Amino acid sequence: MSREMMDRASQALQNRAEKLGIEIGLDRLESQQPQCGFGELGTCCRICYMGPCRIDPFATDGSSRGVCGATADVIVTRNLLREATGGTASHIGHARHVALTLREAIRGNAPYGIVDRGKLIAVAGGLGIATDGKSDTEIAEEVVAKALEDFARQDGEPGNWLKLHTPHKEFEMWRDLGLVVSNVHNEIEEAMHRTSGGNDADAVNLLLGTLRMGIADGVGLAMATDLQDIMFGTPQVCAVEANVGVLEAGRVNLAMHGHNPVLSEKILEWSAKLDGEARAAGADGINVVGVCCTGNELTMRHGVPMAGHNLQSELLIVTGAVDALVVDVQCIWPGDVKVAECFDTKVITTEANVKITGAMHVPFEAEHADEAAEKIVRVAIKAFVARKGKEVEIPQQKASALAGFSVEAILGVLSKIDPENPLKPVIDNIVAGNIYGAVGFAGCPNPKIRSSAMTETMAKELLANNVLVVATGCTAHILAQAGMMSPDATEQYCGEGLKAVLTALGGAAGLDGPLPPVWHMGSCVDNSRIVTLLAALADTLDVKISQLPVAGSAPELVAEKAISIGAWFLALGMTVHIAPAPHILGSPVATKVLTEDLEGITGGRAYVEYDPAKAAAGLVAHIAAKRAALGI
Amino acid sequence: MKELFVDIQRCAACKACEIACAVEHSTSKELFGAVSERPAPQKRVHVESARAYAYPVCCLHCGDAPCIATCPNGAMSRDADSGAVVVNEGRCLGCLMCAMVCPFGAISAHPAKRVAVKCDRCPDREKRGQQPACVDACPTHALQFGDEEDLMKEKRLSTAARVAQAVSGAAVVQQPGSTPLDTLRSLRGC
Repeated sequence: MSREMMDRASQALQNRAEKLGIEIGLDRLESQQPQCGFGELGTCCRICYMGPCRIDPFATDGSSRGVCGATADVIVTRNLLREATGGTASHIGHARHVALTLREAIRGNAPYGIVDRGKLIAVAGGLGIATDGKSDTEIAEEVVAKALEDFARQDGEPGNWLKLHTPHKEFEMWRDLGLVVSNVHNEIEEAMHRTSGGNDADAVNLLLGTLRMGIADGVGLAMATDLQDIMFGTPQVCAVEANVGVLEAGRVNLAMHGHNPVLSEKILEWSAKLDGEARAAGADGINVVGVCCTGNELTMRHGVPMAGHNLQSELLIVTGAVDALVVDVQCIWPGDVKVAECFDTKVITTEANVKITGAMHVPFEAEHADEAAEKIVRVAIKAFVARKGKEVEIPQQKASALAGFSVEAILGVLSKIDPENPLKPVIDNIVAGNIYGAVGFAGCPNPKIRSSAMTETMAKELLANNVLVVATGCTAHILAQAGMMSPDATEQYCGEGLKAVLTALGGAAGLDGPLPPVWHMGSCVDNSRIVTLLAALADTLDVKISQLPVAGSAPELVAEKAISIGAWFLALGMTVHIAPAPHILGSPVATKVLTEDLEGITGGRAYVEYDPAKAAAGLVAHIAAKRAALGI
Repeated sequence: MKELFVDIQRCAACKACEIACAVEHSTSKELFGAVSERPAPQKRVHVESARAYAYPVCCLHCGDAPCIATCPNGAMSRDADSGAVVVNEGRCLGCLMCAMVCPFGAISAHPAKRVAVKCDRCPDREKRGQQPACVDACPTHALQFGDEEDLMKEKRLSTAARVAQAVSGAAVVQQPGSTPLDTLRSLRGC
């Protein structure tokens, strides 16, 4: 850990916080040092009241056990499954919220509609819904019913979205392993039940439970992406700007933070509608900017500027220029409210189950979305009036980027080269080695390892080795800010093969230059887009996903959601790099199964490495091995 | 006097020693009571980090204690019975000269009372024949308490075992780097 962290903009705001005596996350990280080794190793059990129990990491003969007799292996694997459950609950909760919003919209009870009819028809077709002669509303009703069935069915049959998005070979594999998920809500119940005191005490069985939880997470991710595309549009490639410099002193700066576009889409709409009011109040209009994943949602669909990742949320407020930080769910730091108290910034919570002491709460329900959004934008304008004329400090750093790489957008570009078989140009170039492989980055910035520029350094190393990088979530913010999502970066960072491919694709897409070397594929739930693309590649080649020269990485692990997404990737057979180490090292069984034995089961493997150069080299070696096995 | 030694290899940074110390120096002497006392009970051991390791910093009760020598009011003295270096709060000026000269950072200021706060080796526990609270609380035995001769004897035996292993090739003692904590430390690159 170092006080010299991150990019220059963040550094400038960190200095400003220090000068103003404002405590930020880095200060708290410092005061938390050293952090508890039992927690880090996963060997602290708080599940029952005979405990808490801890397993002595030096009793390597297994003699140290909890009061109930649980070993380190049992405690670690129970805890890991509970972490994954927290992640999956977040994602399926998100998906269900979107499904219910769509239902109320098509019934005329909520002010939303169907924006991408093509996606609606495609999803309906995939679900086996006959669309001929039906209105969009009728089709959408059936799609929503299929979605809600995944939260309700009790017949044990495979879930609708599981079937929709799981390639045939992986589906068969999961069926053989007993991992086919039916009802995602049941999975949460099962997992909490089996990990409560006096139940599952078999480490391997519990690890399989974590894979199952990952598969349930995948259902949530894919459903959220599909329904959001239907309601708000499927992203197309668009130009955006990223970093704190997108704030503008003279405008009402309204920062959207969280994950769910049901809120942020409405705020964006009402910001346009109330632009005149903002101008009447002395502002040069309203500047909606995105933070974290709801930022990514707005960026992907509307080119809204990417103000920062979640580690920068406090720093954005430190500028003094954010008039309202409007949040929905997930990854919202309570510390934001404390920082906002130093300025005129209003932090506005909107969800009944996500309130923060000291923040303003404006209830946001889909049925009354317009009224709530209108109110929130007015709060921001009022905050601007209070702030007007006061000193602000907005570091001018910002980078330009291309975003909007949905699978549909990617296939759109590729089909200009080969309309019959759009994936063929990609496959040909993979075979030829021009695209050596691909790595998907997901997850957060972690202040523990941010100073090593983990994400950027790994990406640079991979690109130099002709490995294409795609990114979602806050890693997408990091890479956009580093300039790695701009066409210029292709020339700067890529090996010759990848450079040639991206230049050709840029030409086909009608761009002046090449496509960027890092593709912004969306928010955290949009990790589903990565899997959709991989599934299409594997299907075209008639291989398993585990055979593809690809890998995933959560280079700066923070959230339980990264554990559940990672578990999905592992279940699909992918190698997943991760740092810092997940809370498993206290268990010899969990460590060995996840980092070694799993390769013989699903083909996937967890790979822990803190050093960015070594981690990139490890992934390149993995890709080389996969290529060799394919004979290319 | 008994000694308190630290095996840095074994410290997992759980801070159980810090909590136990504060509880022992509270009025209620039990956790749930201690957390609601005001002013809050003060810990006298501080777990600090260096590289990938953690180390509980605590008074070592020096034989030639600079804190005693430098105290202008005779507030810092050696307890005749236990041999521990202790503060007489009634005489303490709160000048913190003791903290200034302590080579280890083992003395701190009480935030509310402004008197020197330091380890007193848990005299109440000693009367009952118990170990200091921090030692009792340590789940990994990173804190070891005993006669200097016994503690050193243990180390000497461990040295002998290591040498014996080296010459015989037998797997007798645990190798460094073989515990989960060591794995974590090496992953962190320290």
